[in-house]
Amino acid sequence: MSTTLDWAEGVLGWAVANWSHPGEPDRGVLPRLLEHIRLAYSSIAIGLALAIPLGLACVRWRILYPPLLTGVNVLYAVPSIALFFLMLPYTGFSDWTAIVPLALYTLVILLPNVVDGLRQVPDHVRQAAVAMGFGPLRRLISVETPVALPIIIAGLRVASVATISMVSVASLVGLGGLGRLILSDGFRRQFDAPIIVGIVLVVALALVTDALLVLAQRLLTPWARRDRRPRTGRALRRAAAAAPTGAETIGSTAGAPPGKG
Amino acid sequence: MITFEGAAKHYPDGTVAVADLDLTVETGRTTVFVGPSGSGKTTSLRMINRMVEPTRGIVRVDGVDIRDRDPALLRRGIGYVIQQAGLFPHRTVLDNIATVPLLLGVRKRTARARAAELMELVGLEPSMGRRWPHQLSGGQQQRVGVARALAADPPILLMDEPFSAVDPVVRTGLQDELLRLQRELRKTIVFVTHDIDEAVRLGDRIAVFRPGGELAQYDTPERLLTEPADAFVESFVGHDRGVRRLSFFPARSLSLREDVVCGDDLKVEDVLHIAEGHPWILVIDAARAPLGWIAARALRDSPTGIRLGEMETVPYGHTFSVETDSLRAALDAAVLSPAGRAVGVDEDGCVIGVVGQDDLGTALWSVTD
Repeated sequence: MSTTLDWAEGVLGWAVANWSHPGEPDRGVLPRLLEHIRLAYSSIAIGLALAIPLGLACVRWRILYPPLLTGVNVLYAVPSIALFFLMLPYTGFSDWTAIVPLALYTLVILLPNVVDGLRQVPDHVRQAAVAMGFGPLRRLISVETPVALPIIIAGLRVASVATISMVSVASLVGLGGLGRLILSDGFRRQFDAPIIVGIVLVVALALVTDALLVLAQRLLTPWARRDRRPRTGRALRRAAAAAPTGAETIGSTAGAPPGKG
Repeated sequence: MITFEGAAKHYPDGTVAVADLDLTVETGRTTVFVGPSGSGKTTSLRMINRMVEPTRGIVRVDGVDIRDRDPALLRRGIGYVIQQAGLFPHRTVLDNIATVPLLLGVRKRTARARAAELMELVGLEPSMGRRWPHQLSGGQQQRVGVARALAADPPILLMDEPFSAVDPVVRTGLQDELLRLQRELRKTIVFVTHDIDEAVRLGDRIAVFRPGGELAQYDTPERLLTEPADAFVESFVGHDRGVRRLSFFPARSLSLREDVVCGDDLKVEDVLHIAEGHPWILVIDAARAPLGWIAARALRDSPTGIRLGEMETVPYGHTFSVETDSLRAALDAAVLSPAGRAVGVDEDGCVIGVVGQDDLGTALWSVTD
């Protein structure tokens, strides 16, 4: 019991002592955490920015969806570590080396969610919008996208957790935020405090991000609460059902590359 | 006025949704398109706001070929009510109703004020304005749908099976409400349904479509029931059309008997002479509300001195209103009454008289001429 406490105290002590180093802005835990947030959030944002137009195109031209989805899936099967190294000649040691592959990975979750979200807009709602004189673009912006939002956000939650976890792998090419604590400080020097701190902070970041997205969903889609109406209920259950399945897939894949690395 | 001039819709696979439709929808009236599924009634309706473009022929609204109008702009001037309401789940009831005014560039405040007026018009509580559509019942959603269609005060209202997804009781309520609204607003309504009863109830004119998208008959409800154009219309209208036709004849043409109506304070011996020629007498209270029937035989078997009010009576079933009901309601009241006679009342429910089977029969025969 006391050894466990001593160990925990040691880890905490290391974290406090190494939180940041005045005068050396690139050393310590805090700069790694900020780097992690920067890489993860940029990847998710770019992924979403790609997924929405691609999803719209897939809904508009149905024939696009199967090849595009297959393409994204194949890309996802490429180990992240390999993609990071493939990026090196083009992007060097800039953030883009991590962001480009990670953003592409998010598509495997975000694209189907955008497409499913748009497709589940009830036909009578779409027709009512046409009949009232919404043009195609206006209908998309002010009716179809808002109605698809709960499912898009559900996808965003899964993609965010996956991305936050996968950023660590980029430490192999000198990026990777908190992953660098695990790899450089911990693994190489056989020292467990940085590893524990790195894991705890990655998990905490994932939880906080998820909480922020739940909050965003509450604010953006107040109409989609799980009360009464069967149709909305079903849509939400579908989204909820998609989430854990997605998480398992991501969990295994995201877990694999560090093991390989 | 909406005119279809040889309008047809053929699909590339050879399916004919609508075959050469020539039809004029009168301004300020309710025209019902009725027919079985696959008869092209909804397709024809959607030609009016260009949701379906005819492959041949012309559709005009007030003389203007609608192909010359921008579809989105045309639609903003034509109200549309869809089955299942088609409300936007992400907008409150009030903002749903304000949709078209907002599209037309009306300021949000003005549009919402107008929406609130419309909620009142269609019989919705003002407090519902802040709710989400999914928190409303099917009937309430459909009322919102009607209010939304009326928000920009369009002269034309298209209604595509608007009441078919709600239960029969709610449907009757919505139909009554539509009839009331139409008396007030006098819109040009085109209403699609597969229910001939709904068509007869709501329509000033009814267009019956047959499978293959052909117009089988275009007539007033009364003529449709009296003179179906062919065997298809006759079977579609139903074999009880003779009885249903009685809805078009007012009950006030019936001659009512007052001599068999007796107050409950009369004694048995006072009314025995009436029971000589009539098998049943109707007992009423001091306010002329009906209490029930007494058989002539029961009167003869009763000891003298008893008041009618103390005797056991046979229930009178339901009454008909002499001023507002039709012959059909009177016939129904007679059929359901154990005495085989119908009780006619005034607007306050006071008994005016009763109709015997002979008198009813005479009236029924006279309308067939």
